[in-house]
Amino acid sequence: MSGYVMENDTIAAISTGLTAAGISVIRVSGPDAFCVAEKIFRVKNQGKLQKLSIAGVDSHTVHYGYIVGEDETILDEVMMLVLKAPRTFTREDTIEIDCHGGIVVTRRILRRVLEAGARPAEPGEFTKRAFLNGRIDLSQAEAVIDVINSKNELALKNSVKQLNGRVQTEIVEIREKLLRQVARIEAALDDPEHMNLDGYSDELLSENAGHLSKIKALLATADRGRLLKEGIRTVIVGKPNAGKSSLMNALLRYERAIVTDIAGTTRDTLVEEVNLDGITLQLVDTAGIRETKDTVEQIGVDRAKQELLQADLILFVTDASVKLSTEDRDILAEILATKENSGAKVLAILNKCDLEMVTTEEHLQNAVRNGMRNHSDAREVLREGDSDRVSDIEVLSVSVKEVAGIEKIEEKIKSIFFAGELRNDDEVIITAERHRSLLSQAEESLRKVQDSVEMGMPEDFYTIDLMAAYVSLGQILGEELDEDLVDCIFREFCMGK
Amino acid sequence: MERTIPEFYAGDYDVAVIGAGHAGCEAALASARLGMNTICFMVSTDTIAMMPCNPNIGGTSKGHLVRELDALGGEMGKNIDKTFIQSKMLNESKGPAVHSLRAQADKQKYSNAMRKVMENQDRLTLKQAEVSELLWEELEPDQKENEGNKLTDNASMVPGKKRITGVKTVSGGIYKCRSAVLASGVYLNARCIFGEVSQPTGPNGLPRATHLSDSLQAIGLELYRFKTGTPARIDKRSIDFSQMEPQGGDEKLVPFSFTNTPESIEREQQNCWLAYTNEETHRIIRENIHRSPLFSGDIKGTGPRYCPSIEDKVVKFPDRERHQIFIEPEGDYTNEMYLSGMSSSLPEEVQLQMYRTIKGMEHATVVRNAYAIEYDCINPMQLYPTLECKFIKGFFSAGQANGSSGYEEAAAQGIVAGINAALTLKGEEPLIIDRSEGYIGVLIDDLVTKETHEPYRMMTSRAEYRLLLRQDNADLRLTEMGHRVGLIDEERYEAFCLKKQQIADELKRLNGIMFGAGGAIQEFLTMHNSAELRTGTTMAELVRRPELSYDMLAPMDPERPMLPKDVTEQVEIEIKYEGYIERQRIQVEHFKKLENRRIPEALDFSAIPSLRLEAVQKLTKVRPENVGQASRISGVSPADISVLLVYLENYYKKNASVTNEV
Repeated sequence: MSGYVMENDTIAAISTGLTAAGISVIRVSGPDAFCVAEKIFRVKNQGKLQKLSIAGVDSHTVHYGYIVGEDETILDEVMMLVLKAPRTFTREDTIEIDCHGGIVVTRRILRRVLEAGARPAEPGEFTKRAFLNGRIDLSQAEAVIDVINSKNELALKNSVKQLNGRVQTEIVEIREKLLRQVARIEAALDDPEHMNLDGYSDELLSENAGHLSKIKALLATADRGRLLKEGIRTVIVGKPNAGKSSLMNALLRYERAIVTDIAGTTRDTLVEEVNLDGITLQLVDTAGIRETKDTVEQIGVDRAKQELLQADLILFVTDASVKLSTEDRDILAEILATKENSGAKVLAILNKCDLEMVTTEEHLQNAVRNGMRNHSDAREVLREGDSDRVSDIEVLSVSVKEVAGIEKIEEKIKSIFFAGELRNDDEVIITAERHRSLLSQAEESLRKVQDSVEMGMPEDFYTIDLMAAYVSLGQILGEELDEDLVDCIFREFCMGK
Repeated sequence: MERTIPEFYAGDYDVAVIGAGHAGCEAALASARLGMNTICFMVSTDTIAMMPCNPNIGGTSKGHLVRELDALGGEMGKNIDKTFIQSKMLNESKGPAVHSLRAQADKQKYSNAMRKVMENQDRLTLKQAEVSELLWEELEPDQKENEGNKLTDNASMVPGKKRITGVKTVSGGIYKCRSAVLASGVYLNARCIFGEVSQPTGPNGLPRATHLSDSLQAIGLELYRFKTGTPARIDKRSIDFSQMEPQGGDEKLVPFSFTNTPESIEREQQNCWLAYTNEETHRIIRENIHRSPLFSGDIKGTGPRYCPSIEDKVVKFPDRERHQIFIEPEGDYTNEMYLSGMSSSLPEEVQLQMYRTIKGMEHATVVRNAYAIEYDCINPMQLYPTLECKFIKGFFSAGQANGSSGYEEAAAQGIVAGINAALTLKGEEPLIIDRSEGYIGVLIDDLVTKETHEPYRMMTSRAEYRLLLRQDNADLRLTEMGHRVGLIDEERYEAFCLKKQQIADELKRLNGIMFGAGGAIQEFLTMHNSAELRTGTTMAELVRRPELSYDMLAPMDPERPMLPKDVTEQVEIEIKYEGYIERQRIQVEHFKKLENRRIPEALDFSAIPSLRLEAVQKLTKVRPENVGQASRISGVSPADISVLLVYLENYYKKNASVTNEV
């Protein structure tokens, strides 16, 4: 219903494929494009940041300045191109922001653009507008259709793929509850002599509060959008001399990597941020922790555990040239316990495979399987015959000293988190951004429900925003509204006559 | 032994209406009032506007339909205002959008009053006869229309392929006409069923129409088999009402028709009564469920979920200890009482046993049995939103014949079909009410766009712009249209324009009255438990406060003009719910954009590159009028709509002579 593209609003997207370095272009098109620009773009004039009045500049001019946040803090230094209708690709007012490449910055600017009033463009939407506004030649019509189609398919794939199972389950659950609430209200409105809503507002308020906190949590926690924005928190563990530091250094020195140092959350831990072909890894080396033996041993173990718990990805490094030790097994047990709790992904790296291999992939797999069996929670899992849980710890034999080894690791990380399809980085980002914006729309709608209840509005007003939240969440799942409300009313409630 | 009945010429008409139920009456009156020489056929002149099921008009969302119908110039609202015996505004504690008027009708008076209107309508001929056949001719495909486009495979789907030329009755009468409106209700091949008994009749034992279904199929129409039911009627003298709760009408009456005032419809009202089923009732039902034709498989037709039989309710909601029933008088002329909530198709003796378990009905005498009825109707997706058939020029269809249910739904379609039959003959632009303009629009759009597998009933939850489509502003939404088509006379139109102006002026005035943060207003606000002003504000802002109202603020508004209640009501609603209303208006603007992108009638969807197969099939079947309608077809995705938009743009550029906008 509301999944259909509005024709006359303002859309934004990253219009260049993202690469780790270079320039990214964010394009904004529609009647409010200039209004967005005035909200977020500042030029420096005598040392002070000032708004740029778009009315006062010519079309097709480039402006140097800054993108600022709502609080006027500088987000990035950019070049902004002002293109006034109709001499633009879409024949609408358009701005293009050339910013420093890199996912984090580009994404931050895109988000700012969306906050300022644009919405994420549908796949192929710029091209579609260009066509509908008569900008593209007729002979290109079919090509346009193909673009829309293929991009939609890809976006849909990405859209669902980017949701992890837990997020998806929660959204589905919240939606079901919302629908049931709406159905209950509607049934009572439809058949007031059989059903009443006395005391219902309180029930709704408390359930609504639950939804709100869940959505808030969803917004804040691990969806892949966050992984892209903040990077994949990667913790490297292993016994001394297994090759943790070599791996870390190899990753840091990798020729395509951009390295920035940012202070870690723990005083003693240095978090290194590495951008590998579009994926940001926050590398946490636990070496320093684990190796401070003697008196502070316990502290070190605790800290390592804590780091493990916060990890999105655990790289477990072992030495292929020696036998698996008790220490290896202890660490593995800890990893398995963590994985069970946090759902982190684990990649076991059998390092030094350029030497004679004393420990093989099979050995390591067996150790993992035994570790699962020894771990009480995991035993439950195994009894249910769910052997997938074991095999999703992948083992990789490499030599981190060789470039090929590092590439192998990088490929594996990509396939773990993005099912190998990161060619369309811009789509991934925009989809993640769309999810986020739909989640905040749902949040906003549920807040309005709360307002309506608190203001003492009649019950039929609640359904407006409950339904809006339902639709927003449905768009994340790629579902449409159709008849499900009416079906739910009849399924759940005994209607009169 | 079948004898050939000789045909004879019986007359020439512009429009023939088949049926004089709630759809047929509105269709016939609208057509005749718009200048068409009209004939209306019926089973019996005694059954004009008969109410074979519940004895009321209106109710949630149905009340909206009646008021809209009235704004367009229909008759149902006026007729129920003349004949109601109880009136009630439902949902009064809820928001204004879901207030719904419902009146108990005196069935006989209702029917008689409508008969009188019909009989005295100029240009309208009534004829008691069973129509057995549609007469039609093949039309050559319009060459110009199809130029440059491949015809679709299904030739019968090509618009303008056939044209209505007349109707024939069982007795051989040939009535020539240019348009026909099917309003056959539940009479087509009807069958009434209870227990093991199956009778080949229409409702109330009236004769059914046995031939017309064949003729509809012969012309190429797809038929559905639907089912509905009605409860028993009980002799009033056999009920102990002291065991039941009385349900009275409202003291403050609201008329259905915008032409009436509350004072003009004052009268004494009758009570309805509330009673309950109990475990014993349910036990009897469970023990005899195998004898219900609904469960034994004897009834194949699809029944409505919103008005289930009592056995359906007991089976579907086994945990419910009791179900409410309302006992409603059928009129002043009779002792029969209608048992709302207890329709059934159980055997006669089980029904009696079951009804007698209800407190106060231990000695109930059943005058008429409950029964289920099965009937043919057409698949309404074969119709345009004008209610004209896509492949038979001049053939319109309305009411239960289109798979809807309810008197009000029928009447609403009836007036639209009647108006459009007349307008198309006059060569004028047909009337299409869209989803943002009225429940009538929602009803018709749903029928012709979304597949229904059960009799369709209106519900407020089906209207996405519900806040705008209120029963209180039906006149503001639709009088203009009624006037354009010619059913609203100048006098009524002028009164309407005055009302509109008064509302606009008063809104402007209230927004212009400023209060500073001081003086008498603060005292007034404190007195009414309302927060004092910190800065200046307008009178409109104060009206918006939940704890205040337009009337309460009168002492603070010495310049206030004397305005009718219906004007100040609109002013107050507009102000109080402005935020919500504004949001819906914005949604409507978006909605209209796709609604205004027309799809050419002869467009071959299979020739559109990249359109998914499912979308091609659905679009070909429905043949939507515009992109908005296309977007509401289940199985057509947003991506399909994008593809369609791009293709259409191309198409219109190639055929620059055709206009893009409606």
